[in-house]
Amino acid sequence: MSVAEDAPPRSDSFLRRYMSNRVPALALAVVVALFALAAFGEFLTPYPDHIRGAVNMDDRFMSPSAKHPFGTNELGQDVLSLVLGGARISLIAAVSIIALSALIGTVVGAVAGYFGRFADEVLMRLTDLMLTVPSLILAMAVAAALGQGLFNLVVAITLATWPGYARLVRGEVQALKGELFVQAARTMGAGRLRVLFRHVLPNVAPAVIVKMSLEISFAMITVASLGFIGIGVLPPTPEWGSMLSNARSYMPTYWWIAVFPGLAILVSVFAFNLLGEGIRETLDPRGQR
Amino acid sequence: MLRLLLQRLVLLVPVLLGLTMLLFAIARLLPGDPVGLAAGPQASPERIEALRKEFGLDRPVWEQYWDYLVNLTQGDLGVSVMSRRPVADDIANFLPATLELVIAALVLAVVAGVPLGLLAAVHKNRAVDHFTRVFSLAALSTPPFFLGLLLQIAFAMSLNMLPLGGRFPIIELPPERVTGLLTVDALIALDWEAYILALKHLALPAITLCISPMATIIGLMRSSTIEILQQDHVRTAHAHGLSPSKIHFKYVLKSAFGATMTVIGLYFGWLLGGTVIVETVFDWPGIGLYATEAIVSQDFLPVIGVALVVGLMFVVSNIVIDLCYLLINPKMRSQ
Repeated sequence: MSVAEDAPPRSDSFLRRYMSNRVPALALAVVVALFALAAFGEFLTPYPDHIRGAVNMDDRFMSPSAKHPFGTNELGQDVLSLVLGGARISLIAAVSIIALSALIGTVVGAVAGYFGRFADEVLMRLTDLMLTVPSLILAMAVAAALGQGLFNLVVAITLATWPGYARLVRGEVQALKGELFVQAARTMGAGRLRVLFRHVLPNVAPAVIVKMSLEISFAMITVASLGFIGIGVLPPTPEWGSMLSNARSYMPTYWWIAVFPGLAILVSVFAFNLLGEGIRETLDPRGQR
Repeated sequence: MLRLLLQRLVLLVPVLLGLTMLLFAIARLLPGDPVGLAAGPQASPERIEALRKEFGLDRPVWEQYWDYLVNLTQGDLGVSVMSRRPVADDIANFLPATLELVIAALVLAVVAGVPLGLLAAVHKNRAVDHFTRVFSLAALSTPPFFLGLLLQIAFAMSLNMLPLGGRFPIIELPPERVTGLLTVDALIALDWEAYILALKHLALPAITLCISPMATIIGLMRSSTIEILQQDHVRTAHAHGLSPSKIHFKYVLKSAFGATMTVIGLYFGWLLGGTVIVETVFDWPGIGLYATEAIVSQDFLPVIGVALVVGLMFVVSNIVIDLCYLLINPKMRSQ
């Protein structure tokens, strides 16, 4: 691909290399804006109390206008405020899921790949099984049993996503174990833990980071899917998936109640996908696909 | 080849055993009270206790697990606490709808995705390529429930061309059940009207579901085609003066299709468990909708049953794909 040919010299910093492509740079800007909106959106909207569940029955089903750019819903709440509020839940949940999955997966994968025969065998069989279980159904079942709430949501989805990281890290660690520099470190008398943490794991990091950046969009869609089914966060906390699900009864007349949360998911997931692609191409220009 | 098949089939037993154990463990480790939910808020403690006994939920977990395994060997997946019907019957009832939906979606994905991926590779870095790339990314970024809703607004609510949901009109008599796939059954019964009706109901859910596998297939076809286009036998074909379309569609397509086939097998399994959302949006009476209803009422035997069936089909479809590999690629047979 063209990226390999016009890739700048290696001495450049990661950020500079990443920003040298226009599309990923734009995606990064969108993602940064998303985080900013999630953090400060509450202070930007004229109706912050709607995020906390306040209703205004006089202004129900208002179509988009200057006062309510995204219109209002069946409770007279400003849809723009709710969409901004939903950004926070969506981002917190997706980031936590990815971070937790990567952490658990790295620990388990490293132990299996580096230390052990028995641990390795157990891990591989377990993840084999986990991969055959339909992950959405698993996450749904766990979330439903734990009850609604942000924390439970994160736990349920993490349970379905960590095995992928464990397998990735295990494979990388096993491949690195035979490398000369690792053998050299061992010969120099470095302890097994030191070798693992100082020499092996830092070399696994790029692969894990690429996987994380590519999967954050998947986590966002899963969070919204659970919300859509009705087993997401506790109402009245605004969440994109459940907003869309509620809005279904008011289609097609009051289309804005559904279309704007839907677009919010679409734009964020799209931006995260491009960001992930950009990070992959920067860290691994030879990457296939 | 037969030996390989037998080997893989024998391996199914430990997989099934492990799956049931894993699912049982998860189901029992979680809080949740299916009996309390099924009995309703007004039920007396005695009634709840009686129900608990009836479903064997008062006994130790390992005893329940053992019973489950013994029943499983006879094809019995237990009884749903909520509906009081055998889970196996329910699944047999709902599975064909899901199968029909998944097969239709995969056929659409292959029919559209393979040529698009090939075109993108042949016209690399030109308009077609850029278009399919943006299309794939956009497709992977659209949550199925949002796409489904947009399609409903456009084709069902505004244009009134297609039904909003369901599998067949309630007032009409569906064709006689042979395979359980309504479109196929209608064809067998030579009932043209029923066929059109079934197809109309199938259209929107299948399109919604096909988007994600289609995007993946486009990407895979593109990259494997690019690789193959650079190989010597393609250059030789060009040098011999064969027409480009013949080279692309006869020789390149065949060798580029291998990777795609693996993905089709994987997607078949994933989609069986991933139709949940699409079935909810379109009120499609398949196992996804069934599992969702069971999950909401914390009725865990149906959930285990569905997960088990989906897991099993996932493994089996992978075996089938491996066998297909052997069929289209003779080089692998000797190994």
